Amino acid sequence: MIAIPANPTRGHLLRCGPGESILDLARHQSMGGLVALRKALAMQPAALIDEVKKATIRGRGGAGFPAGTKWSFLPKDNPKPRYLVINADEGEPGTFKDRYFLEQDPFPLLEGIAISAYAIGAHTAFLYVRGEFVHGIKVLEDAVEQMRKAGVLGRSVLGSPFALEIVVHPGAGAYICGEESALLESIEGKPGRPRNRPPFPAVAGLWACPTIINNVETMACVRLVLQHGADAFLAMGLPKDGGPKIYGLSGHVKRPGLYEAPLGLTLRTLIYDFGGGTIGDKPIKGIIPGGSSTPVLGPDALDVAMDFERIKAAGSMLGTAAATIFTEGTCPVAVLLRISRFYAHESCGQCTPCRDGTGWLERIVESIEHGTARPGDCDVLLSAANQIMGNTICALGDAAALPVISFVNRFRDDFEAHITGRACPYGAA
Amino acid sequence: MALAFSPDADREFDRIVRRYPNRRAALIPTLVLADRQFGYLSREAMEYVAKRLELPSAWVLSTATFYTLLRKRPTGRFHLQVCVNVACYLKGADQLGDHLKKRLGIGFGEVTPDGLFSLEGVQCLAACGTAPVIQVNDAYHEDMTLDKVDALIESLRTAPADGGAAAGPGGAR
Ligand SMILES: Cc1cc2nc3c(=O)[nH]c(=O)nc-3n(C[C@H](O)[C@H](O)[C@H](O)COP(=O)(O)O)c2cc1C
Repeated sequence: MIAIPANPTRGHLLRCGPGESILDLARHQSMGGLVALRKALAMQPAALIDEVKKATIRGRGGAGFPAGTKWSFLPKDNPKPRYLVINADEGEPGTFKDRYFLEQDPFPLLEGIAISAYAIGAHTAFLYVRGEFVHGIKVLEDAVEQMRKAGVLGRSVLGSPFALEIVVHPGAGAYICGEESALLESIEGKPGRPRNRPPFPAVAGLWACPTIINNVETMACVRLVLQHGADAFLAMGLPKDGGPKIYGLSGHVKRPGLYEAPLGLTLRTLIYDFGGGTIGDKPIKGIIPGGSSTPVLGPDALDVAMDFERIKAAGSMLGTAAATIFTEGTCPVAVLLRISRFYAHESCGQCTPCRDGTGWLERIVESIEHGTARPGDCDVLLSAANQIMGNTICALGDAAALPVISFVNRFRDDFEAHITGRACPYGAA
Repeated sequence: MALAFSPDADREFDRIVRRYPNRRAALIPTLVLADRQFGYLSREAMEYVAKRLELPSAWVLSTATFYTLLRKRPTGRFHLQVCVNVACYLKGADQLGDHLKKRLGIGFGEVTPDGLFSLEGVQCLAACGTAPVIQVNDAYHEDMTLDKVDALIESLRTAPADGGAAAGPGGAR
């Protein structure tokens, strides 16, 4: 059993509750800020990477790849500069956790970046922030400036020989730029079209230089590892999934928002204890557990633990641990239509199965919702989705196909009722 | 008159260019700057950016047209962006959108004849815990209701020419 916090709106990662913020470097320092960075600078980079490896921070951007392991892929003998790139594109629908750091609590993120940059030997870090977060970009630029003035960033980080600049780089509205190789193209000033791999970014990333890409929350976790030590960090989570996690909750719940708990929280605790249950106390119809690309689950999954392994065993994915709930009386076809429309809109157009396939998915789901689909179209839909899966350069194709497959399988009766009744039985169309 | 950055924008442009090892990397931040200063990215504005960065205009055009936040046509002084994605949908975004369309007499992608408002349906704004959400120029308006939307429109109609608080720190973008 994991320890369930009494007040989950605060914790190690969420230092501020809703409406609060820590935007002043002095205040950050008075709360134990920069201790982790000082500790890191006193260590050899290799020892630092070992400590992060030991903490098994699995990447918080969705894929769950262990941060320390990723760092160790950097080539030892490449003379080119190394870059650290932080992914603050936060685009996966349902997800709103990184925005917390950008707008309310930027220093743990920036400190984590400084620690990580020192560990991997990068002297420039690019923080790629989605363009809609105009306020967050201002907050970050101000926080970076405060750190530079205080000698925490710049030519000599806290008086050490290590130099670091953090560049806040705005995106301009493209979900695909959250995909790490598209993000690199975007920083280079190009359209955000994912790259073929290999080479992986650790070998040839930004301007073909060795590059590490990590999520915002991953950086905040790196700081916690240094602050408390790898063992203490592990004890905040599970033996194989280290650390605390920020969980998002949205949709038909009484108290949507961000909550912090150890990895392995059950959906039931998240929805009923933290979220206060569903609006109108209606029974749950569907749970999208980790962002809109993760396969939809039903109320039978309420006791599933939200960690990388167990949610996978239950047929979905942890993704960004941002759960969106919908209750009985909601048309699942209408919900899927919003999701399919999104992926069709966001396909970069590079791979034919995704460019054409996501459009097909949207049009078929739309015709089902509007009662104009033909018998057999559910199978056409499944077959179209299956032909996208695995046939594209990046995972956006899979992200579009997975919800379709899971919605049709879980709510097949609802889909067929639209077709036979030639209308949406929920009146949602 | 030919387009040109204001002195303030020029200083910002210099700051941007200095951050990167090459000029192409400064392209998206510069396009964002140009979009703000000129109101949208006309062909002329894109050519201006190409000239300032000494980049082929084909590079500038292909990038500018890829990104949805970079406006390719004028918007209203207040650009209302209604999130239509799943979390907002579940909390009544369609009703908000319909209400705004009726109230302003325009559809998504259109501008009111007086140029004051434009309306757009946009994808997830990453504020799902406070859905439904409308972004007005730079500012997020969260936990929206029909009443709050009405009050918002009223306050924007009477806002001072510099944009007013409801449009957020950036003012009319
Ligand atoms: C289509 C697509 C969109 C993505 N969007 C994001 C995003 O918005 N933020 C993010 O951190 N990772 C996103 N990712 C995952 C990144 O590619 C990458 O795995 C991640 O940033 C690595 O950081 P981490 O190892 O710290 O999780 C996306 C992936 C795909 C395929």
